[in-house]
Amino acid sequence: MIVLEQLLNGVQFGVTLFLMSAGLTLIFGIMGVINLAHGSLYMIGAYAAALVAAYTGSFGLALLGGLAAAATSGVVIEFVVVRRLYDRDHLDQVLATFALILIINQSASMLFGRQPLFVSMPAMLSGSVTLLPGLVYPVYRLIVIGLGLLVAAGLFLLINYTRVGMLVRAGATHRQMVRALGVNVRWLYTVVFGLGALLAGLAGIIAGPITSVQVGMGEQILILAFVVVVIGGLGSVRGAFFGALIAGIVDTLSRAFLPMMFRQLMDGSNADALASGWCC
Amino acid sequence: MTSDSLETRTLKQASPILTLRGVVIAALVVALLALPALAKVFNSPAAVGLATQVLIYAIAAMSLNLILGYGGMVAFGHAAFFGLGGYAVGILYQHSADNTAFLGFVSGTDSLMVAVVAAMLVGALAAAAIGSLSLRTSGVPFIMITLAFAQMVFFLFVSLKAYGGDDGLMMRRRDILPFINARDDTAYYYICVGLAACWFVFTALIVRSRFGFVLSGLRQNERRMIAIGIAPYRYRLVAFIVAGAGAGLAGALMANYLRFVSPDMMHWSKSGELMMMVILGGAGTLAGPLLGAATMVLLETVLAAQTENWQLYLGCILLAIVMLTRGGLAALFNRLPGGRS
Amino acid sequence: MTASLELQGLCKRFGGLTATDNVSLSVAAGSLHALIGPNGAGKTTLINQVAGDLHPDMGKIRLGGIDIGELPAWQRVRHGLARTFQITQVLPDYTALDNVALAVQVRQGHSFRFLADARKNRDAREQAAQYLQDVGLASRSSSLVSEIGHGERKQLELAVALATRPSLLLLDEPMAGLSPLESQEMIDQLAKLIGKVTIVLVEHDMDAVFALADRISVLVYGRVVATGDGDDIRANEEVRVAYLGEGHD
Repeated sequence: MIVLEQLLNGVQFGVTLFLMSAGLTLIFGIMGVINLAHGSLYMIGAYAAALVAAYTGSFGLALLGGLAAAATSGVVIEFVVVRRLYDRDHLDQVLATFALILIINQSASMLFGRQPLFVSMPAMLSGSVTLLPGLVYPVYRLIVIGLGLLVAAGLFLLINYTRVGMLVRAGATHRQMVRALGVNVRWLYTVVFGLGALLAGLAGIIAGPITSVQVGMGEQILILAFVVVVIGGLGSVRGAFFGALIAGIVDTLSRAFLPMMFRQLMDGSNADALASGWCC
Repeated sequence: MTSDSLETRTLKQASPILTLRGVVIAALVVALLALPALAKVFNSPAAVGLATQVLIYAIAAMSLNLILGYGGMVAFGHAAFFGLGGYAVGILYQHSADNTAFLGFVSGTDSLMVAVVAAMLVGALAAAAIGSLSLRTSGVPFIMITLAFAQMVFFLFVSLKAYGGDDGLMMRRRDILPFINARDDTAYYYICVGLAACWFVFTALIVRSRFGFVLSGLRQNERRMIAIGIAPYRYRLVAFIVAGAGAGLAGALMANYLRFVSPDMMHWSKSGELMMMVILGGAGTLAGPLLGAATMVLLETVLAAQTENWQLYLGCILLAIVMLTRGGLAALFNRLPGGRS
Repeated sequence: MTASLELQGLCKRFGGLTATDNVSLSVAAGSLHALIGPNGAGKTTLINQVAGDLHPDMGKIRLGGIDIGELPAWQRVRHGLARTFQITQVLPDYTALDNVALAVQVRQGHSFRFLADARKNRDAREQAAQYLQDVGLASRSSSLVSEIGHGERKQLELAVALATRPSLLLLDEPMAGLSPLESQEMIDQLAKLIGKVTIVLVEHDMDAVFALADRISVLVYGRVVATGDGDDIRANEEVRVAYLGEGHD
C-alpha cells in the first residue's frame, strides 16, 4: 500500500513537472530560446497566490491572482529581454536569463524575506479520501493530479486541433520556415511564451501548499524539468508528458525507498543523507 | 580568433613592447607583482586577498574558456570540478588532522603540493566521467546534462554529513609548502600569481598547438572537421578533462585561501558566475578570463559593500552587458593600437 | 591512388518518402562517374549515405572492396574517402591556408600534440600552399575564409578534399553558383584529376557532365533509371521524359 501511495505521489509530482516542462519545451521548440528564468515564473505564481490567499482567504481568487501575476510577468520578461534573444546564440540566452534569475530572486527576497512561507490548503480540499481499502490519500493531491491531466488533455487538443496548435507544431519542426511563410511570428512567440508562463505559474500555485513557498524554489524543479525536456525531445509536449511522469515517479519512489535500500549497505545517518541527496 | 600569415606576424613581433597594447600589458604585470607593496602604501589591507581571489577565479575561468570559448562547448556544470578540487583538499586535510584514512586506505595530507596534485587529478577524473557521457550529446541537451550532473555532485556533497554537508568543511590551517610559509597571505598571493601565470602559459600553448587547431576547427564547423577525418568526441573529451583539471586546481587554491569548503562551490549558480567571467572578458581570447574574473570579483565586492541586495544590481549589470555587448572586454582591449583586430 | 566504389541495393526512407530506392551502382577505380537527375531526385541523400552522414536502411557500400557501411563518417575519410558539400562547409575564422593545412595535419596523423605551434608545421603549410596553387587559389591563401567569395569557397573545398589524399572523391554540385568562367576553370581542374582519383560527380551542369564523365547514372525519385556513357544517356527515352516532361521531342 505504501508503494501505491508513493506511486500516486510520483504521479502528482510528475504532473507538476509536466506543467513546467511543457512550457519549456514549447519555448525552446518554437522560439529556440533556453529560458532559465522559467523557474522564476513558477515562484512568482506561488508567491502571488500566497499573498492573495493571505489577504482574501479565497483559494479561487488566489488561483486567479497567481495566474495573472505569472502571465503578466511572462509578457513583461518576453517584451523586455527574451525578445532580443531569439537571434542570439544559446550561451547569450543562458547568461541573460541567468542574470534575470538573480534579479527576480533578489527582488523576491527583498519583498518577502528569505524564510519559507507556509501556505495552508484550502479548507474544502484538505481532507483525505479512501481510494482502496487500506489506501487513504489526500484530496488535494488527487485534485492536483486531475488538474494536471486536464491541462495535458487541453494542451493536446490545442496543439493538434487548432490553428494556433498547427503553427506551434510547424514552428517546433522548422522555425525558419514558419517565419518565411509570413506567419506573424512576433505574435506567435508572445502567445507561446505567455502560455508557458501561465503553466509555470499554475505549477507554482498548486505546489505551494505541498512544498511551501520560498526564494529559489523554482530553480530546483527547473533543472529536473530541463532533463525531462531533453529526454522527451525538444519541442515535443507529448514527450514532456511521458518524460515528466516517469521522472516524477522515479524521483519520488527513490526518495521513498532508497534510504531503506542503502541502509542494508551502510550505517543509518549516512544512508539517509546519501539517499535523500541522490535524486535531485 | 584572428589569423595572420607567417610574414605579417613576424613584422608585428619586431616591436611588441612599444605599442600601446604592450605598454598596458607591461603595466599590468608590474602592478600584479608589486601589489602587496602598493597595498601597504595605500593602506588597503583587503587588496591582497581580493587579488588572490581574482587570480584563483581567473584559473577557473581560463579552464572553462578552453572548452567554452575555444571549443564551443556550452558546459553548464564547470563549478562541479571547482568544488571537487576544493573538497579534495579539504577532505585530505581533515584526514591528516585527525589521523584517519579516506575510504579506509588513502591517508590524509597537509602538504600543499600533494593536495593540489590530488585536486587536479580528481577534477580530471570527474571530467572524464561526466564528459564521456555528456559529450555524446550536443547543443541544448549537452547544456542540460552537464547542469544535471553538476547538480548531482552538489547534492552528493550536501548529503555527506561526514564532511560537513550543507555547513561545509573548515580547515584550521592552510596546507604547507617547504621553504615558503603559505600561511602568510602575501606569500600565498605570490603562489597564486605563479600558478595562474603557469596555467596561462599552458593554455596559450595548447590553444596554438595542433590539438588547439583541431579544437577550434570543431567549434567553427564540426561537419567540415568530420569530413577531413576528425573524430570530434575524442578531442572534445580531452579538452574537457584538461579543463576539469584546471578547475580542480583553482578549487584547491580557493579552499586553501578561505580555509573553508562548502557545496556552494559547486552550486549551479557558481557555474553561471564562471560562465559570466568568460563571456564578460571575451570568450575565445587568452586575456578574456583574466579580465572577466577581475571584473566579476571587483563588481561583487564593491556592490556587496554598498547594499545587502547586491545580487539585484549584479544581475542588472550582467544583463545589460550580455544584451549590449558582443565579444566582451577583450574585444575592447584588442582595439587598442598594437592589437590584431 | 584510386579505389572502386560499389553500391548494392541502397534504400533510405524518411517517413513516407522514399529518398533512395534500391540503388545499385558500380564505379571503376580511376574513373569519373556522374550522377544526374532532376531536383529532389535524392542525389545529395545518396552522397550523404556513401560519406557516412546518413545511415541507409538497407544495402551495402564497398570502397575498394571493403564494406564501409558501418563505419562512422570520419573513419571513412581515413579509408580514403573525401567529399565536397553542396553548401560549402568551411572554417570561417581561419585563412584559406589554415583550412587546407589543417586537413594535411589531420592526414599526417599527429593532432594530439599540445606544445608546438600548429602554424609552424612547415611541411603541412608547404603542402597546403601547393594544393591551393593547384586549384588556383594561391592568391587568397592568407585571406580569412569569411572574406572570400562563393566561387573561391568551392575551389577551397576542392583543395581541402584533395589535401586528404583521397582514393575516392565525392563532389556534390561543385559548379553550383559559379560564373561561366569559374565553371570552366573548375572543369579544367577536375579534368586533371581523372585517372588519379576515383570521382563521383553530382551535377546539374550538363556541359561539365558530358565533358568529364566516363559513365553517367540518372536518378529520378530515388531510383536509378539509366546508366551508361554520354551517348547512351543522351539517347535514352526515360531520361528525356524525366528531364523534359511527357510529350516533348
